[in-house]
Amino acid sequence: MAHVLDKRLLFVTGKGGVGKSTVAAALGLLAARRGKRVILCELAQQERASRVFRDEGIGFEETELASGLAGISIDPQRAMEEYLRTQVGSRALFRLLFENRIFQYFTAAAPGVREIVSIGKVWELAQLERPWTKKSSRYDLVVVDAPATGHGLGILRAPRTMRDIARVGPIRRQADRIDTFIRDSRQTGIVTVALPEEMPVTETIEFRVRLLDEMKMAVDAFVINGLYPERFSGKEARAMTSAEATSGSDGSLARPAMRAALAEHHRARTQRSQVRRLRKEVDGAVTLPYLFEPELGLAEVERLSHELERRL
Amino acid sequence: MSPATSNVADVLAGKSICVCAGAGGVGKTTVAAAIAAGMAARGKRVVVVTIDPARRLATSLGIPDLGNEERLVEPQRLEAAGLAPNGELWAMMLDPKRTFDELVERRAPDAATRDAVLSNRIYQELSNAVAGSQEYMAMEKLYELHEEGGYDLLVLDTPPSRNALDFLDAPERLARFIDSRSLQFFLAPGRRGLRILGRGTGVLFGVLKRVTGIDLLADLSDFFQSFGDMAEGFTERANRVNQLLTSRAATFLLVTSPQSESMEEAELFRSRLLDDGMPFGGAVVNRVHDLGLAADGDAKAGGDAGEHADLERELAGALGDSLAAKVVRNFEDYRALATHDRASVERLRDRLGRGESLILVPYLDEDVHDLAGLAAVGEHLFPA
Repeated sequence: MAHVLDKRLLFVTGKGGVGKSTVAAALGLLAARRGKRVILCELAQQERASRVFRDEGIGFEETELASGLAGISIDPQRAMEEYLRTQVGSRALFRLLFENRIFQYFTAAAPGVREIVSIGKVWELAQLERPWTKKSSRYDLVVVDAPATGHGLGILRAPRTMRDIARVGPIRRQADRIDTFIRDSRQTGIVTVALPEEMPVTETIEFRVRLLDEMKMAVDAFVINGLYPERFSGKEARAMTSAEATSGSDGSLARPAMRAALAEHHRARTQRSQVRRLRKEVDGAVTLPYLFEPELGLAEVERLSHELERRL
Repeated sequence: MSPATSNVADVLAGKSICVCAGAGGVGKTTVAAAIAAGMAARGKRVVVVTIDPARRLATSLGIPDLGNEERLVEPQRLEAAGLAPNGELWAMMLDPKRTFDELVERRAPDAATRDAVLSNRIYQELSNAVAGSQEYMAMEKLYELHEEGGYDLLVLDTPPSRNALDFLDAPERLARFIDSRSLQFFLAPGRRGLRILGRGTGVLFGVLKRVTGIDLLADLSDFFQSFGDMAEGFTERANRVNQLLTSRAATFLLVTSPQSESMEEAELFRSRLLDDGMPFGGAVVNRVHDLGLAADGDAKAGGDAGEHADLERELAGALGDSLAAKVVRNFEDYRALATHDRASVERLRDRLGRGESLILVPYLDEDVHDLAGLAAVGEHLFPA
């Protein structure tokens, strides 16, 4: 199998709050360091991944974030505008359609439209000849900071859904092209991110099954994020447990310090049982360490990109 | 200074609806369930509507499957977890697709219309779509349960999304779509639509046909036709849900983590609620690192080197040098997190204004996925 970074399009998904944006940014950095021209794509107008690189928003413009790494935040409305422009041809007709209020309401809410144009834009970015834009910028790799697993699957499925709805005609042909690209494992890869906790691991396992059932696609890499170090052995934990009971005068930090150590030991062990649980189900899950930094900045993401380089 | 925290029971006094909103992964479902259990312990008849609970939590609540019926959580289970209910705790897991179907069944003027809508492909996509209809149907279920009466308090967990605001936006988008039935004039030209809308319409239809293909247009036209007058009912219903959520009976609680991006969102969410005339009840900050130190112990940002050297000497007696050093190193790490989280919470308090309720739930040693876990969270939501 080709290395995950040698694909043209990568979707990074997982349960909410597990660090998808961080992992997507780290993957982007890693690929850029290897000399690839990369674009980091954000959906749902959150701009979390690009914030690591710059404070200002990036919007729907392809913006340089770091050497070899660009970013874009996909606005479904703008993506649709771009697509329709290429389809309609005439500027006057385009405006007649696009500026119609009912049409706007309709497209803002019609089932699957936001999803299909978002994934359509992602697909467009991954093409060597960019069909929707006259841009010459070509990317070797598009990394998508995708929505959480449930919605993430919805996005991947959007082209199939649209294909089935449209049956024939230009939309059907477009949807077909996107669907074929996404389901081609040489072109497109899926990366799941989980924390070593019960719910995120369960969601990863379920996502893998649904992806296979519904899309006939496999997950290319499983990332377990935020793994605590194993600082203390079982023997040390026992020593602390007995010392904690007897030690510490009022106001001393000894007791809270040992309590923190025992809590850490307990969490590290619980986490490892979740790692084992995932590894029983899937091959080759890689772990990333928990970084004791309250907010992750560029330095931390760089560190994680090196960790990924060693493990992927 | 240790900030005073509020009690959820005070926030919910006189309320019959509590909506728990927040970004994905912050622990909304857990907090919603713990609030419901806590209020049941305080004598209320409560129902919690969950969207996507962890299996073990669902199992321990006794709702292993998707089902649109509320089920009573057995009092013995609650007692065993230290949550003895003086009232009743009911729980259900929302099935958005079924809720939508039931709504159509109720609203359809006759069986033929009902079947036409339920079998329409556009409708099926609409009702199956994860994004949008979940939010709409959660609101719908809430309204339905409220109308039926029978509960003192409804607690609603909201669908998982990155953005808490989605919950407020999605239903409106859907209502607009259903209400964009005037589009059928474009979709089916040649009927009276053309006459009303004038000549531009024919051109517009031509463009649409070219862009989408004729099949899709025909399906859309069918959808809007069979939906017909029901659309009005939907819009009216959406208005009533809106009235309910802006009434005094309702309150919104925002669940957030102590990370800055969630905090910023909390603020945005609050001003959006206020703009929409919806009541903001307060914020629950979940998973706050808290070492339980005396107030002045935490105030020294992250502790200082001298203090930690003293601590290491003190611990070395009982634990030996190398373990003592590791314990101190670990303590420093956690203290940095605790200091950050405390500052974050203070910032949120300043931004929200001192008058708003803020409830802190510490980062617990165990993942929460059963009734015992809910009881542990409840101790912080309902401090004695």
